[in-house]
Amino acid sequence: MTLAFDMILCLMIVGTAAAALLMRNALAAIVFFIVLGNLLGLAWLAMDAVNVAMAEIAIGAGVTGVLLILTRQRLMALGDDLVSAEMPGWLRTGALVACAGFAALIGSAVLSVAPADDLGGSIAALMPGLGIENPVTGVLLAFRAYDTLLEAFVLLGALVAVWSLAPRGAWPQRPAALALAENGGHGVAAAFGRLLLPLALVMAAYLVWAGSDLPGGAFQAGTVLAGGLIIAAIGGAVSWPRADDRYLRVALVLGPAVFLIIGLAGIAQGRFLFYPPGFEKALIVAIEYSLALSIGVTLALQVAGPPVAPDHEG
Amino acid sequence: MTVLLHLYPLTGVALVGLGFYGFLILRHPLRQILAVNVVGAGIFLVLGGLGRGAASTDPFPQALVITGIVVAVALTAFGAALILRVAEDERAPDDKAAAKTTDDHT
Amino acid sequence: MTLTDYLVPALLYVGVFFYAAGSLGLLRFQDAELRLHALTKADNVGLGFVALAAALHWGSVAAAVKIAAVWLFALMAAGATAQLMARRAKTSAERGSDE
Repeated sequence: MTLAFDMILCLMIVGTAAAALLMRNALAAIVFFIVLGNLLGLAWLAMDAVNVAMAEIAIGAGVTGVLLILTRQRLMALGDDLVSAEMPGWLRTGALVACAGFAALIGSAVLSVAPADDLGGSIAALMPGLGIENPVTGVLLAFRAYDTLLEAFVLLGALVAVWSLAPRGAWPQRPAALALAENGGHGVAAAFGRLLLPLALVMAAYLVWAGSDLPGGAFQAGTVLAGGLIIAAIGGAVSWPRADDRYLRVALVLGPAVFLIIGLAGIAQGRFLFYPPGFEKALIVAIEYSLALSIGVTLALQVAGPPVAPDHEG
Repeated sequence: MTVLLHLYPLTGVALVGLGFYGFLILRHPLRQILAVNVVGAGIFLVLGGLGRGAASTDPFPQALVITGIVVAVALTAFGAALILRVAEDERAPDDKAAAKTTDDHT
Repeated sequence: MTLTDYLVPALLYVGVFFYAAGSLGLLRFQDAELRLHALTKADNVGLGFVALAAALHWGSVAAAVKIAAVWLFALMAAGATAQLMARRAKTSAERGSDE
């Protein structure tokens, strides 16, 4: 990418971030945050990190944006209008000076490190043994598989934490319905949701498979699935399951469980998360498909929120 | 010029500074979550940007950043649920009628 | 082929022009429905031209089919979103509130 493109993009990123933080209108701030996510995705593309670009746009801009907008809507329904108390002028300048100094400190530290592709060569040397060609998938699922296993459990744990916030009498009911009210939008959103969900399933399946050799992978695919589920729920084509639904719990646990079981089976052959030679790609793909399902359902339920008592009006 | 090589990492540093400033200045919890997300995005830019070689980008920080993005959204969801629960508990029970009339499903 | 070398940038310029026109309409039109109409129509035509340029640039049929699928999904999403926003704008104008 040319230098002019990079500089304009970075200026836009900083400007959008400032707008996302300092706008008075909360909805405008959230929208600018979504725009920031998309611009960051472009920045990752400019840095030749296509996997990260997909993840940032889908998760950082998409899921986080939906989450923030939904939370704002629920807060306003409770009477909270999201204005921050004004801070005194001297405190603001003090914070500005402190943060500018902090940024200068980190900046000088960053400038002292020369950007270089340190591990790309050694990773590329190890990839033929795995049978896949996407080095990021190799790092995520083979070289640093332990980190990804822990991340799958962190995701599940965050959902349990959201569920733990259910008020008394709400457990184990369904989360609040997201369906739009009957002002004529119900038909359009429902039709779109019904159309999109099977397409999202196909896209997710393709992204996992393509993620072995091309950019893609379990996280991007799981997020596409979560997006399809959320849109179907907004349209009313799908309703959230109860928290004790058996199929739901199987879907949530499948990814981390498959990963853990394969990891423990590796102990019999040497060490935790050891893939027997010749079976690496098969095991990696199996883990990725289970992870994609679990990530999709977990993210969708995190956006849905904790269960509410059956007579609650959302 | 070495500064141009560091363009994206320095943008990340600017985001970190902006995010912390926003976190200190804005008092509403939801906007503070937004500020923390901006800080996170800045840190990811620093991580990924420093791995950019002449012809290829280091895949190792890319994997770390993907992991970080997913964990960030999970914890943002938890933070948002906490804010909602605190707001619900602060309403007295007889405010539920008022909440229902202002309930405006988009 | 030298024809492709000229055609791809030309199509990209046309696409960007449509995007710019849509954004100008977003900024200049007063009515919510007018803005939606500028945004969805112009932006999707622009996306069509950019997609055509990308398909020509890569040349393979598989890539062209996938790019066409991307354009169709974007069209569907833009259509559904524009419908929902327009209905919302109409009901909120009838109610006299502003959001």
